[in-house]
Amino acid sequence: MGKTLFDKVWDAHVVRKIEDGPDVFFIDRHFIHEVTSPVAFVGLRRRGIDVMYPEKTFATADHNTPTWNQHLPVADPLSANQLSALAQNAEQYGISHWGLGHRNNGIVHIVGPENGITLPGSTIVCGDSHTSTHGAFGAIAFGIGTSEVEMVLSAQCIMQPKPKKMRINVNGELGFGVTPKDVALYIISQQTTSGATGYFVEYAGDVFENMSMEGRMTVCNLSIEMGARGGMIAPDEKTFSYVKGRKHAPKGSDWDKALAYWKTLKTDTDAEFDAEFTYHAADIEPMITYGTNPGMGMGVTGVIPNAEDVEGGEMTYKKSLGYMKFNEGDQMLGKPVDYVFLGSCTNGRIEDFRAFCSIIKGRKKAENITAWLVPGSHKVVDQIKEEGLDKILEEAGFVLREPGCSACLAMNDDKVPAGKLSVSTTNRNFEGRQGPGSRTLLASPLVAAATAVEGVVTDPRTLIIA
Amino acid sequence: MAYDKFEVLTSTAYPLPIENVDTDQIIPARFLKATERKGFGDNFFRDWRYDKNDQPIPDFPLNDPKYIGSKILVGGKNFGSGSSREHAAWSVYDFGLRCVISSFFADIFRNNCLNIGVLPVQVSPEFAQKLFDAIYSDPKTEIKVDLPNQTVTLMSTQESEQFEINGYKKGNMLNGFDDIDYLQNIKEEIKIFEAAQEIY
Ligand code: SF4
Repeated sequence: MGKTLFDKVWDAHVVRKIEDGPDVFFIDRHFIHEVTSPVAFVGLRRRGIDVMYPEKTFATADHNTPTWNQHLPVADPLSANQLSALAQNAEQYGISHWGLGHRNNGIVHIVGPENGITLPGSTIVCGDSHTSTHGAFGAIAFGIGTSEVEMVLSAQCIMQPKPKKMRINVNGELGFGVTPKDVALYIISQQTTSGATGYFVEYAGDVFENMSMEGRMTVCNLSIEMGARGGMIAPDEKTFSYVKGRKHAPKGSDWDKALAYWKTLKTDTDAEFDAEFTYHAADIEPMITYGTNPGMGMGVTGVIPNAEDVEGGEMTYKKSLGYMKFNEGDQMLGKPVDYVFLGSCTNGRIEDFRAFCSIIKGRKKAENITAWLVPGSHKVVDQIKEEGLDKILEEAGFVLREPGCSACLAMNDDKVPAGKLSVSTTNRNFEGRQGPGSRTLLASPLVAAATAVEGVVTDPRTLIIA
Repeated sequence: MAYDKFEVLTSTAYPLPIENVDTDQIIPARFLKATERKGFGDNFFRDWRYDKNDQPIPDFPLNDPKYIGSKILVGGKNFGSGSSREHAAWSVYDFGLRCVISSFFADIFRNNCLNIGVLPVQVSPEFAQKLFDAIYSDPKTEIKVDLPNQTVTLMSTQESEQFEINGYKKGNMLNGFDDIDYLQNIKEEIKIFEAAQEIY
């Protein structure tokens, strides 16, 4: 029987199989950030062990960094403490560190690919569940806990049972105004937040083949929101040309050797999956969520379904709508919004800013909207400026902030106040995710932009001149 | 030794029959700022346990005197979804719990629990419902979790169900060992593997 893409990469990284137990799984690339790594280093010290391969770990500060005045000392003492712990740990163990203000600084899942650290066929982990982003390159990438961060630091391996395999096919042509974010939110709404638990997903079909690398990253990023360990897409010419020439990518004959191997990273035609689903591009609309998990999504023109028409318990469903202050049968279109957030490792790349600008160009930010536009990295900032997008934003009344995770998890000052409604391009609409009491609607950069100029939830297709 | 051994635990339990409880509820992001593993129990389910003025919400099960001191929590389906923050598992442990029972767990949370000495026990939805019913009818109902035999028993009726755990993790829990201890012992093998790798 043939092997899947996932099998090929997984099997190439098993150091040892433990009977009736997990595999000892080798990690090629490890990212750390200030929030989930300090305790791992405390553990190392307590046990008196060293970092085994410091050159395979990369540190960047992103989770609790301010997006304003990054040149000033970080005001929150607890955040400052974590940032300095990261810097000290990196320094002590010889780990490369892109701290605040460094040219390569940015959200971990954005700077990894940008710098050619993320490679096809590699294994990548980080103490952040959206590590699945890197699967866009045909890597096995997933989030880990702090104990596992300590394992990777101390032995470059983690102990993992091999997940089951799922393939999700989406075929056809995406409609006008439908973005990779909508594809992902659609799939999650079909799978629910636990549908893919225990699985590693491969995305296949012409929708993903035709997608840019940025779009593929958005899709793989959201894999975790349906419970999957991660998601991946077979590498192709687009992948190779994205990686080529980047800082850490192989060069010269190493490149040729790597490329020859990478071209073998495809699911064999006779390989089998434990589960398979097929969706049709034509069924996907621009999406929006209405509840407190990413599976509670629908087409932007839809109405909130009744409890009896959705899977899961009625009590949980009603609690969720109660938190959101919505009712069954409500339409999202036209709901007044307070905040719009463009950014995060889901939608903080250059393409997302281009999409946002395509809508707001020549229009004005609505007065009732507070907009936070947070690029994923300094490289994204540079490109925004190079393409003149900053001018378009400025003319429309928007301000560009400095890179970081920001309102994705609201560990810095960018918190949506209690009760306020936010349209956000991030990945989680959990209770309080964007600040205690905040209410979040997840959507694409196009929906976010349309909402930002209209002041109410708006279908971007009504603003695009086709 | 990384944490206390787990063998047989008999305790009353907190009922929390809400589905899709995510890690942002178990421990909100604003409490992730520590650089040491301390004090997370205080902020366990912070925003469900306390109101805006930091007053305990009396009818939330974790505040209910009927259940205080339990070492087991029985949660709804898809418990622990969301982020990879191990802080969520730490807060479970620091709050004084050693076992979470649910009809379905999110992957990373389950893994994190096993790594730090909290036993995730997956039961059938029917058995979970029986546990909830029993706790609601008598908050003093005890549940026995027997790791060596991999059984969970409702003491009042002696109804029991098997649960799964792989042999390796079971051994770790029984002995209070963790994966880092294991990996330290096979470092030579890892070095050989690394040296043979050509591309990465
Ligand atoms: S942007 Fe959000 S999801 Fe992405 S790395 Fe930062 S906190 Fe995690």
